[in-house]
Amino acid sequence: MTDPATVVDDTVSPANGAEPRRKRLALVASKGTLDQAYPPLILATTAASLGWEVGIYFTFYGLDILHQERFRKLKMASLANPSGPIRLPNVLGAVPGATAAATKVMKRWMKQSRMPDIPEFIEMAQGLDVTFFACATTMGVMGVEEGDLIDGCDVAGAAAFLDFAAGADVQLFI
Amino acid sequence: MTAPIDTSRIASTLDTSGLLCPLPVYKAALALKQIEPGQVLELVCTDPGSLEDIPALARQRGDVLLGVEERDGRQVFWLERGGAA
Repeated sequence: MTDPATVVDDTVSPANGAEPRRKRLALVASKGTLDQAYPPLILATTAASLGWEVGIYFTFYGLDILHQERFRKLKMASLANPSGPIRLPNVLGAVPGATAAATKVMKRWMKQSRMPDIPEFIEMAQGLDVTFFACATTMGVMGVEEGDLIDGCDVAGAAAFLDFAAGADVQLFI
Repeated sequence: MTAPIDTSRIASTLDTSGLLCPLPVYKAALALKQIEPGQVLELVCTDPGSLEDIPALARQRGDVLLGVEERDGRQVFWLERGGAA
């Protein structure tokens, strides 16, 4: 067993005055609904505010969060979401207009709470130098070109993200 | 003012009343970057999570939380900027 006294936290300022290592957060954003776009962006902007280095890997439907047209039009599904903003019996979630209504209510909630919208969160994250990895496989599968994405994304595959995540103190899949 | 510190050290004041996580932390970090190490930010929050979040911000950034006071449903924090960028 390692003697606890010999364990060094290199993210705390060492006594010799050397620069502490920055903590790192690696997130996977895999979902493209309005409600699921917020958690990775909230965690990323918070961690970057704490001084951490942050990278988010946007994959599958999560790639829509980086899509310069779709990221303004993310929807909130009421189907299969019993905790959604409109408490419909699940069977009615498939009725035309249910998704639009749930999306509208969610957007109103966010606005009333003075929460930034998704494009504003993206701008905040970029201002804090959060790295946006755009999943190259998703782009190929879904026919998304680099020019469809917002500026400043790193098109990368799983290995490049894992290379970043291997050095992270916290890794989360959302 | 009954700040538990010398008020002449307060270089900046930020009121985040009505804002929810992550905005108090986000705005406080931006404000801390605007002042010099050793200077103090006076921060007002109403987000109930701030009582846990602002000490965490200070711990992670390496700033010093000099004091907290609750007044009329608001929390007032005094943060001394450390050396972090």
